[in-house]
Amino acid sequence: MKMHFQLYRFNPDVDQKPYMQDYHVELEDSDKKLLDALVRLKAVDDTLSFRRSCREGVCGSDAMNINGKNGLACITDLRDLKQPVKIRPLPGLPVIRDLIVDMTQFFKQYHSIKPYVINDDPPPERERLQSPKDREELDGLYECILCACCSTSCPSFWWNPDKFVGPAGLLAAYRFIADTRDTQVNERLDNLEDPYRLFRCHTIMNCVDVCPKHLNPTKAIGKIKDLMVKRVV
Amino acid sequence: MSVPVRKFDAVIVGAGGAGLRAALQLSEAGLKTAVLSKVFPTRSHTVAAQGGISASLGNVQEDKWEWHMYDTVKGSDWLGDQDAIEFMCRQAPEVVVELEHFGMPFDRLENGKIYQRPFGGHMADFGKTPVQRACAAADRTGHAMLHTLYQRNVRANTQFFVEWMALDLIRDADGDVVGVTALEMETGETFILHAKAVLFATGGAGRIYSASTNAFINTGDGLGMTVRAGIPLEDMEFWQFHPTGVAGAGVLITEGVRGEGGILLNANGERFMERYAPNAKDLASRDVVSRAMALEILEGRGCGKEKDHVLLKLDHLGPEIINHRLPGIREIAIKFAGVDPIKDPIPVVPTTHYMMGGIPANYKGEVVAPQGDNPEVRVNGFYAAGECACASVHGANRLGTNSLLDLVVFGKSAGNSMIEYIKTERQDWKPLPANAADVSLARLARLENQTGGEEVADVRNAMQKCVQLRAGVFRNDENLAKGVAEIKAIAERAKRTQIKDKSKVWNTARTEALELDNLIEVAVATLISAEARKESRGAHAQDDYPDRHDDEWMKHTLYDGATRSLSYKPVHTQPLSVEYIAPQKRVY
Ligand SMILES: Cc1cc2nc3c(=O)[nH]c(=O)nc-3n(C[C@H](O)[C@H](O)[C@H](O)COP(=O)(O)OP(=O)(O)OC[C@H]3O[C@@H](n4cnc5c(N)ncnc54)[C@H](O)[C@@H]3O)c2cc1C
Ligand code: SF4
Ligand code: SF4
Ligand code: FES
Repeated sequence: MKMHFQLYRFNPDVDQKPYMQDYHVELEDSDKKLLDALVRLKAVDDTLSFRRSCREGVCGSDAMNINGKNGLACITDLRDLKQPVKIRPLPGLPVIRDLIVDMTQFFKQYHSIKPYVINDDPPPERERLQSPKDREELDGLYECILCACCSTSCPSFWWNPDKFVGPAGLLAAYRFIADTRDTQVNERLDNLEDPYRLFRCHTIMNCVDVCPKHLNPTKAIGKIKDLMVKRVV
Repeated sequence: MSVPVRKFDAVIVGAGGAGLRAALQLSEAGLKTAVLSKVFPTRSHTVAAQGGISASLGNVQEDKWEWHMYDTVKGSDWLGDQDAIEFMCRQAPEVVVELEHFGMPFDRLENGKIYQRPFGGHMADFGKTPVQRACAAADRTGHAMLHTLYQRNVRANTQFFVEWMALDLIRDADGDVVGVTALEMETGETFILHAKAVLFATGGAGRIYSASTNAFINTGDGLGMTVRAGIPLEDMEFWQFHPTGVAGAGVLITEGVRGEGGILLNANGERFMERYAPNAKDLASRDVVSRAMALEILEGRGCGKEKDHVLLKLDHLGPEIINHRLPGIREIAIKFAGVDPIKDPIPVVPTTHYMMGGIPANYKGEVVAPQGDNPEVRVNGFYAAGECACASVHGANRLGTNSLLDLVVFGKSAGNSMIEYIKTERQDWKPLPANAADVSLARLARLENQTGGEEVADVRNAMQKCVQLRAGVFRNDENLAKGVAEIKAIAERAKRTQIKDKSKVWNTARTEALELDNLIEVAVATLISAEARKESRGAHAQDDYPDRHDDEWMKHTLYDGATRSLSYKPVHTQPLSVEYIAPQKRVY
């Protein structure tokens, strides 16, 4: 099967500005995923640059914009894609080369929410106890793979990547707020009480639409907002 | 050419479970530590681990570390070092509880304790009855563990060098390790990282095979760097295979499919397992099934255009059972095999899963190499932990869930050893040798100037095909001898690979070529070590020598890269405090 791709190309060493390059590639039956096609393209043109590792949707390396929508190349079915398949880097982040973006801002926001359990009580000999029901509160939160599909599809993040935490960071914030082992709920809410950090979210839901792990940052954001309201009352 | 130098107390290469656990130890001790990783830490392949991490917590039934130790020794087919195995199994409850304290989202039992599930080979009372020992976070234990360890390192302010690729180990005239060279991928610049102690935690090398459950980045870089620096590799013939990885994709399909009644078919539509295992059939043990599948393929009864896989048929179970009991597998089959198992069989191949061998280390995480008559002299300043290391706790065959445990136990232990060494034996940096970066610069210059060579992808494909065919689940003298000759020829071709992309910024053609150098070292070591071992033990199933021979072969292989020759060293039979577990016939 032959497929037609248009890939965003930019190599700062040689290019003045980015351009779209056409590729027509003969695919084997065994090529199922967009990542398979990209690997095949790279064997023909080794200058093509993109990140990849696990090839099974768990590491979060190969997020990109595929026919206008963010997703992971390794779990995107080739045969469902409308041709020419237009591949661009994740929107809103500086492009380093081809499909590789600079994720510094994204991780900075993640780090800003103190993404670790804080518990000031000295740890017991054995595990801290947590009921299955309390543990269930973390489902749909802890599975995030930090791929950035969500934050880079969020208009609020595009305009204020330095000030708005973004859906991935806020999902993580709620993951620690919801953990019964964490003793810092108030401090965590203080950390987000700001016109930008949390409240730039206008519930546009793009983030939910693109998350390859079917997580729901909007819902987590809503829960944080609820807690803020409750604390005022 | 002068290469910029940066100084650290410690350099850790690798940010998977092992590297991150060690980093935490060093950062919390206040040492200036650099952690290098080819990928952002949470993208390391530890993230893909599913089933669990073992520890005799006894949360469900009574359990003891002595029983865990017995299972591990037996699982290793008596090639594991019993001091290291005792150390690991004793430490297990403590390090797992620690992970919980770090915030790892384990599943819970009704009483609030960590949930534990049954797993293959986990038994109570020295092999008598099954016990629930695998501590799990759903079927995402590796993800939960890796993210937690990363998060804890963020808290400890660990300094990460993300998307930096270590190129070579630097040793001085005494043979002591004084640092590494590394390539910053974003700029294409080469640096020397000058250190008092260096830890390798670079993970597996499953990509020497064409079918592997391993990630693209699992290219055995730590092993390549180690042999290039004149230190041997241990037990490289031992690779664990899983019978049912999705053909072409490598993603795992659980044994539970066959448990529910799924069967394996060859190109003639024959249920071939009936011939190999008349009683257990498709549910024979993993090595038996993997071996049978390999034989069918070698003898030309494989399926597909390339005759390179067999089929796992389960449509006869009906949609009810498939949707109810195997929904995840259905999803994987649809996603990665493009077939809906309700209608069509899943193409599967025995799939390389785990490297039991690696950089020779002891239970303190110190790298040890032969010197004169002593097979285990410490290489000063050099440490290894995780899948790249051979401690050796897994011996000839690893038990499920013992790898995640290995990462945290030996990551922590190596971290502690490094702290001790830096505080007592190497308070100051040893000087760098002149031209410390020469080996790396020569490799880079070769790639820069090479013309008329072969494509990296072509040589890599040839290597993967060779290793897959010659050092698979099913081995024999003739096949291995052919494999040794072939891989040596392929290694010559790898010296002349050519890249078209010569630019500096994020040049993945260059990093893939550099990775190929490492893959080739691992592949050659694997074939030469396997060819020499004239017995069957654990994962090394040699048809010409179907039995285990303890008198002659209960010993570790050491492969020397410069001479491509082998030597051997004894297994540590003496545990730290308990009695020696003497070899027995391995029946389950
Ligand atoms: C699909 C799958 C499921 C598994 N399930 C289980 C399970 O349930 N239980 C269990 O116990 N085990 C399991 N295993 C095995 C276990 O997950 C691995 O053995 C283990 O995670 C390896 O961890 P590591 O820290 O040694 O290396 P990795 O996690 O692979 O990390 C290696 C690190 O080294 C870095 N690196 C490598 N080369 C370089 C270089 N040249 N320069 C800089 N950095 C470098 C990488 O970037 C990465 O950060 C599974 C394995 C697979 C593949
Ligand atoms: S719901 Fe909020 S976070 Fe999600 S895309 Fe919309 S504005 Fe962004
Ligand atoms: S929430 Fe989903 S889309 Fe966003 S980073 Fe996490 S996994 Fe990716
Ligand atoms: S390669 Fe890991 S998520 Fe796609």
